[in-house]
Amino acid sequence: MSGASTTDAVTDAALARETKSDRTLHALIFVGLAMAVAIAPFLLYPVLVMKILCFALFALAFNLLLGYGGLLSFGHAAFFGMAGYVCAYAAKVWGLTPELAILCGTAVSALLGFVLGSLAIRRQGIYFAMITLALAQMIYFISLQAKFTGGEDGIQGVPRGKLFGLLDISSDLALYAVTAVIFFAGFLAIYRIIHSPFGQVLRAIRDNEPRMISLGYRVGRYKLIVFVLSATIAGLAGSTKALVFQLASLTDVHWAMSGEVVLVTLVGGMGTVFGPVAGAAVIVAMETYLAQFGASVMIMQGSVFVVCVMLFREGIVGRLARLFRVSL
Amino acid sequence: MFRQVWLAAVLTAPVTMALAQTPVKIGILNDRTGVYADFSGPGAVVAAHLAVEDFKALDKGLDVTIVFADHQNKPDVGAAIARQWYDSDGVDAIFDVPTSSVALAVSQITRDKNKAFVVSGAGTAELTGKQCSPNTVHWTYDTYALANVTGGALVKQGGDSWFFITADYAFGQALERDTSAVVVRNGGKVLGSVKTPFPNSDFSSALLQAQGSGAKVVGLANAGGDTVNSIKQAGEFGITESGQKLAALLADLATIHTLTAKVAQGLVLTEPFYWDQNDGTRAFSKRFSAAFDGKKPTSPQAGVYAGVLHYLKAVAALKSAKDGAAVVAKMKDIPTDDPLFGKGSIRVDGRTLHNMYLFEVKKPGESTDPWDLYKTLATVPGAEAFRPLSEGGCPLAAK
Repeated sequence: MSGASTTDAVTDAALARETKSDRTLHALIFVGLAMAVAIAPFLLYPVLVMKILCFALFALAFNLLLGYGGLLSFGHAAFFGMAGYVCAYAAKVWGLTPELAILCGTAVSALLGFVLGSLAIRRQGIYFAMITLALAQMIYFISLQAKFTGGEDGIQGVPRGKLFGLLDISSDLALYAVTAVIFFAGFLAIYRIIHSPFGQVLRAIRDNEPRMISLGYRVGRYKLIVFVLSATIAGLAGSTKALVFQLASLTDVHWAMSGEVVLVTLVGGMGTVFGPVAGAAVIVAMETYLAQFGASVMIMQGSVFVVCVMLFREGIVGRLARLFRVSL
Repeated sequence: MFRQVWLAAVLTAPVTMALAQTPVKIGILNDRTGVYADFSGPGAVVAAHLAVEDFKALDKGLDVTIVFADHQNKPDVGAAIARQWYDSDGVDAIFDVPTSSVALAVSQITRDKNKAFVVSGAGTAELTGKQCSPNTVHWTYDTYALANVTGGALVKQGGDSWFFITADYAFGQALERDTSAVVVRNGGKVLGSVKTPFPNSDFSSALLQAQGSGAKVVGLANAGGDTVNSIKQAGEFGITESGQKLAALLADLATIHTLTAKVAQGLVLTEPFYWDQNDGTRAFSKRFSAAFDGKKPTSPQAGVYAGVLHYLKAVAALKSAKDGAAVVAKMKDIPTDDPLFGKGSIRVDGRTLHNMYLFEVKKPGESTDPWDLYKTLATVPGAEAFRPLSEGGCPLAAK
């Protein structure tokens, strides 16, 4: 990724310069985003916005690993999809309440992240990517064969249930509120991680690993922690999506989903705080609206990706950040 | 003054109501660009338009609009479109929906929203089994019927020893299991089977095992790209020329047309419809071809035509499309009758009963046209072809 290094240089410079005014700007954007999320279900179709939120959270988790940890995983669908299966199974077969089902999915995803991560972080660059892809393919074949996933039919008709056993969230708007809360919780957690001393160390490792080793940091541990964190939040997104659509299927563990999250992150802006959200909105909206026109969605997505890479390599938000000389 | 206006409004209201057309909005949801695009795809929309035309909907007080979308074979995309259609776009019924996982999701949503769903492209027998719904009708075919007809009819014609090449996942295994049961029940025997990874591109070792087994019939328990690859390679190995029969448990006209008669010759398969069966199917196919680049209709496309026609009959009888369960109940009341599937009926679990046919792909010498592909080996009436009501486990049948 020779193109990425210049991008990194830009964002790094921006981040190094990150000042109080940047923090204020971020706070303002968060408030704006919260307001947009609050009014969106009345302007757009709520299920569509929920899908965008789930994908945005997934991409944010991925961006944490790629943009800040410098680790390109080609197997993130394993966490997203497997968490969805576990959450759907817990809600449907065990009859757990939605928050416990989501917790189950997220926990399994964290565990999976720990196992896969401990193997994958031993290598770097393309080898890291290939190992994650290979491990994710194993998860895909397990999902295809295992009894509890329902094979190619998936798990269907998952009940949305009652939150904490009290609040009925079967209506779209009630579930929307829950999804929005989960999204912001995840987003703020990631924001906090990025701006913590841990996040600083992470970026330093991304930029110059040998130097960090010589400074006495246990680089492997940091990488493993960020991998597990990323897998956990990806699992949170996958679990929520399973409840939103009331199904879990092979689509979410397929390698194409791993590719899609890379696409979303790059289109939005890798290594930016808000990029993945913008990317998710663009890609999901395309997937949905183009379907109605009968255009070939894949070709359109591909073209958008090519245009993005050719014209603004740093993604939509990365480009804006450079234009206004702020860190976003 | 106000009183007069109010009175006038009350008096004229029923009159204008009677004159107004009943609006009906139909959504065709399928794969328009992926692996099932030729199987149903845009052709299904053409078929739906022809059905509306033939029904003379406007004369019968129905104002029908048709919308369509591409679900990209992803259940979440399909589910999102279905929800949006029902919730905000005023769609009353969804048709077609190939890919089992998407169809099951749409069936669930249709039930929650009390609309109507007529499946044509999807094959899973679950739709009329444990996951059956009072809002869903399953037209055209299902995997049980394919296994049942291909297995049963072939054994009766002397193909009494079988070897399976099975895609190693739930669907392939179910297909092998169902067909094996039928073969054994009809007095045949299964000599063995080999599992291939899914998806797979190299079937040579599996085909050599099948050849070596000495079985009279080689059954392909796979779908999509696997079926295409295995048929192609079976052609290269000369399976059918050496006297074994090759039976595809899930294949369709569009696939065979792409493969051509030269490659697929001698292949045996089950379908509910073939364009060149009688005057009715030929007349329809001619109009269909004229509207759709000279292509002939496939079974799912024919199923969409027949499904839309029958759905409109039920809506016209009720004069409203709003209550999906009521429309589907009416569809079950009225016997089905159309030029493509003939006379039939819809069972309480939502299964449409019509004839199924065992076809053999013609040899290149017998085929006069790229679409002249099948000759009929056997006709199986719907009541024998489809799964008996009592075995499906559908809760609606228990009542």
